[in-house]
Amino acid sequence: MCSRVPLPRVPDKGSVTRRGFAVLRVAIYEEPWVFAFSVAASMLYGAMTVADGWALGWATDHVIRPALERGDTTFGAVASLVSLFLGIAILRAIGVVGRRIGAGVMQFRLQATYRRRVTRQYQKLPLEWHHQHPTGQLLSNANADVESAWYPIAPLPMAVGVIAMLAFATAAMFAADVWMALVGCLIFPLVFVANVIFQRTLQPLATRAQELRADVSEVAHESFDGALVVKTLGREAAETERFTQPTNALRDANIAVNKARGMFDPVIDGLPRVGILAVLLVGVGRVRSGQADAGDVVQVAFLFTLIGFPIRALGWVLGELPRSVVGWDRVQRVLTASGGLEYGEEKLTSTGAARLDVTGIRFGYLPERDVLAGVDFTIEPGRTVAMVGPTGSGKSTMTTMLTRLVDPEEGAIKVDGIDLRSLARGELADSVALVAQTAFLFDDTIRGNITLGGDYPDELVWDALRIAQGDGFVKNLPSGLDTKVGERGTTLSGGQRQRIALARALVRRPRLLVLDDATSAVDPQVEARILAGLRSAVQGERAETTVLVIAYRKATISLADEVLFLDEGRIAAQGTHLELQEKSPEYRELVDAYEKDAERRQEEAELAAELDDLDSEGASA
Amino acid sequence: MSAAEATRLDHGDDVGGMETLRQGLRVSPELARGWLVTGLLALTMTGGRIVIPIAVQQTIDKGLTGAGGPDMSYVAWMCLLCMGGILVTAFASYLTTVRLATNSERGLATMRIKAFRHVHDLPVLTQSTERRGALVSRVTSDVDTVSQFLQFGGFIFLVSLGQMFLATIVMFVYSWQLALVVLVCFLPLFASLRYLQRKMSAAYGVVRAKVGEMLSAIAEPVVGAQVVRAYAIEKRTQERIDASIDDYRRTATRAQAITGITFSIGGLAAGLANAGVLTAGVLLGVDRQATLGEILAFMFLVALFSDPVQIATQVLTDAQSAFAGWRRVLGVIATPADVVDPGADGVVQRRGPITVEFSDVDFAYPEGDLVLRDVDVRLEPHRRVAVVGETGSGKTTFAKLLTRLMDPTSGAVLIDGVDARSIAFSSLRERVVMVPQDGYLFDSTLADNVRFGRPDVSDAELLDAFESLGLTDWLESLPDGLMSPVGQRGESLSAGERQLVALVRANIADPDLLVLDEATSAVDPGTEVRVNAALERLMSGRTSVTIAHRLSTAEAADEVLVFDQGRIVERGPHADLVSAGGVYTHLHASWIAQRSAP
Repeated sequence: MCSRVPLPRVPDKGSVTRRGFAVLRVAIYEEPWVFAFSVAASMLYGAMTVADGWALGWATDHVIRPALERGDTTFGAVASLVSLFLGIAILRAIGVVGRRIGAGVMQFRLQATYRRRVTRQYQKLPLEWHHQHPTGQLLSNANADVESAWYPIAPLPMAVGVIAMLAFATAAMFAADVWMALVGCLIFPLVFVANVIFQRTLQPLATRAQELRADVSEVAHESFDGALVVKTLGREAAETERFTQPTNALRDANIAVNKARGMFDPVIDGLPRVGILAVLLVGVGRVRSGQADAGDVVQVAFLFTLIGFPIRALGWVLGELPRSVVGWDRVQRVLTASGGLEYGEEKLTSTGAARLDVTGIRFGYLPERDVLAGVDFTIEPGRTVAMVGPTGSGKSTMTTMLTRLVDPEEGAIKVDGIDLRSLARGELADSVALVAQTAFLFDDTIRGNITLGGDYPDELVWDALRIAQGDGFVKNLPSGLDTKVGERGTTLSGGQRQRIALARALVRRPRLLVLDDATSAVDPQVEARILAGLRSAVQGERAETTVLVIAYRKATISLADEVLFLDEGRIAAQGTHLELQEKSPEYRELVDAYEKDAERRQEEAELAAELDDLDSEGASA
Repeated sequence: MSAAEATRLDHGDDVGGMETLRQGLRVSPELARGWLVTGLLALTMTGGRIVIPIAVQQTIDKGLTGAGGPDMSYVAWMCLLCMGGILVTAFASYLTTVRLATNSERGLATMRIKAFRHVHDLPVLTQSTERRGALVSRVTSDVDTVSQFLQFGGFIFLVSLGQMFLATIVMFVYSWQLALVVLVCFLPLFASLRYLQRKMSAAYGVVRAKVGEMLSAIAEPVVGAQVVRAYAIEKRTQERIDASIDDYRRTATRAQAITGITFSIGGLAAGLANAGVLTAGVLLGVDRQATLGEILAFMFLVALFSDPVQIATQVLTDAQSAFAGWRRVLGVIATPADVVDPGADGVVQRRGPITVEFSDVDFAYPEGDLVLRDVDVRLEPHRRVAVVGETGSGKTTFAKLLTRLMDPTSGAVLIDGVDARSIAFSSLRERVVMVPQDGYLFDSTLADNVRFGRPDVSDAELLDAFESLGLTDWLESLPDGLMSPVGQRGESLSAGERQLVALVRANIADPDLLVLDEATSAVDPGTEVRVNAALERLMSGRTSVTIAHRLSTAEAADEVLVFDQGRIVERGPHADLVSAGGVYTHLHASWIAQRSAP
């Protein structure tokens, strides 16, 4: 980032305005040169605006009036008039362009810088941190919050220029006439104060409207997502009623915003006009007493016209400060969050199937309750092992540890005898692949989603898809592997997404493959084919892959050479499926749940049939 | 959904501005309320803007350089008059803003609600999940764009136009020659306005597209945190993000530069006009054809002229997108609903045992092949029917026709002998209830969710409904019982628990015909047993049709309907079909292979 003096600190406490100015100081510190440039341009603009007024006064007294009084003029006088006004206009235009471009460059550069920092932080912070924050919040931290933190940057150079402009104008007015200048000293502060009051009144109203917009959107999202339930229960009218409430509240909030605007706008617009009338009145008196010229009156009046609008920029900056501070605080919460995994230097050099040693793993999401309480097991290279356990027994947590998304609180996980924590960054991913239950696909082509930017020829991609039983549907997509995921008409079903995620793992020929219920959304028939394909692929001539699969379905479990039964945070039993069924009643109960259910139905049906028979017998008797 | 409908939902009808206005007024009549008074007020409000140039001219010509030297009392009276004018103007301005805002916001709220209600009648909402986001935009951001435009651009622009018009008139009254000079000086700006505006629109169009790309890139390490880490593609992900962030920065800066240049051109034109007016004014004044006051008043008039021209480019760009948004919302409202409630004319049926008959039913999606053909079947009351078939065999379509989520292309679905299309929705939805695969839950309490179909039932009745499905122990295991929050989409509950809630919800609705779309996704065995027990109790005493994905369901049914390529190819009890050697025998065999693997 920067090797200069550390960033200015934004105080944690204090008034919004004070903290807001501190945020502005950070902005200036981050982009000092762009800021200097745009402020210089803005000051040029301010000076030229005042010069416009001065030029008119000068021209009135020195060119126009004499000419009109004499009934004659010279070429030189007219030429100086034209070149004066054109020159000022051109310089002013340069100032405007420079100020606007400078402000834009500064605002968008700051946005980009902070977006980069926030997203880097997202990549660095541990998965647990991610789980503690809703997705929507994280996305808006990187987008809307960064944007609002730097909102006041857009009008900032103009505001600084306006301050300069006011200084020049005051000087020019005093040079013209003290009394008229005093009118200015009364009116300009009033315009400024009116602006600040306006912005401060408007802010909460605008914020409320913004919140209500979010409410409206939330109801619409929810109601449309649950459309099937709404429709099948005939609740359309009630849903419309539910939508009407925030909609009408938003309507009223918008009307309130407009009322505030309607109230203040005429005041802010009108004040400089009232000022001009006052200047005319005072000016005529001063001219009569011979202490001012007509040109002075014209100059001051014209200045009022020119400055009336730009002075609003001060209000814009001050008005945006509260929003900016909120955005800044939200962004800082991400940037100052600590955590992240440390990496070692070791490499995994072996080429065949991996060996996995898990010893004494302890882990809990809540302090008082361990999810895993001392898990020990070993998987020999090339074996396929199923892990079975009731919901909440920590199976998924186990898989996230194997891929080092999370570190255990106690104990060690070793691949080929090397502790995962001592491996170099990125080293593990070359050997271990995890396929989770919910398949995440990137906004990319099917190919990109499988290769993830890796260098895999198409044949390998197709091979992986074939084993994952995804080659068929991918071939039928409009552009095959080049089809973009999520584009219109190519929305994929849950099962199809899972198959792409599986192919993503397979194409890497991992030495340890971890499947966390990765085929749950696939039709049972298709799942059977995937499992068969996987079995022959990973256990061909030379087994090159060790497989750990989390499974519910019996067919999935049957793929395994061995079964680990995880219960109450420990490996409760270990052995082949048949062995476990023999020796562990809990295991038997779990895997037999489906069958039991089917049997129960059977019994009930038989019972019902008997009752029917009894009924008919009774009836015939 | 047909291609034409898709276009309409995305872009609105391709009609001209006047037609959109007509449609818009029909949907929101509030927009035109009291327009005459508002118009007069707006005119008064703009009138106030030309007070100052006139005051300047009067002061200089009559007050300062008049025959008898500076005339204090004349100026004082005139200033007082102008002051009154400014006050009236300010008041008119307040009234105009409030009236316009109130009417337009009321009109937009009406339109928003109408669109929302109508979307629920559109088949696309339940047929294609990927279009839902777009439909949400129709009732949210599209309407917001119109509202924001009216707030920030619309009023100002209207007033500015009036201001320019009045300024032009005053200029011609003072001096037609100087007025022409001003117009000529602004001519290049007018000529380039359209071009600049188009460039600006295009630039902001690119910016919007880049924002979208940036957002989806930023979402990757957040939504896909696990994959990004597990595959160690942090670097690639960050590169994609950085590239998109930079792309956005570049295009946004460019758009800003174009805006800056456009604004400065307005200032340049004003400078040119000032120089022109002063030069021409001096030349005219020398011939006594213009007074000093008139010449100087022009300087103030030019200022009135240049501001609107400068903001026009920006406002026109906003206006375009606001208009497009408005047209899209109106397009949604104009899209015909294909399943229509017969309303007051509808038949209201008596509750009780229900018979359903499909009479020669065909179904095809618009511009698509038939997905259901020649379906002719009668389901007797109190029967338990399972519908089986491969994916795409038409079994889901069958269920949707049964519940009237869609209407047949030809043929009819009869309920107790009455065409479903002529039964009032309120009656039909009471008798026939579908439990979808994923029982969607709203972000509220458990109680609110189960009484969704009938908000008036008491807590005691709710508890009975849990009890009768054998779920009291489960309910008691939840920390806050009925008041437990379920989270967004019910995510605080497991998939199996969500199914339980959906079943209780159906139990509360108490339909005569229950249509179940059996869940395919894995539920842990413990909950599975519970779900099945609850289902069993829910179905008893009712007619039920289940889209079966599991063998056990088909086995337990009184009757199995086997679908293949849109037809019912076999029908009968499980025991008969399993040995018939047909489609069902084949399906059954693969189920068995799946279930009884060693």
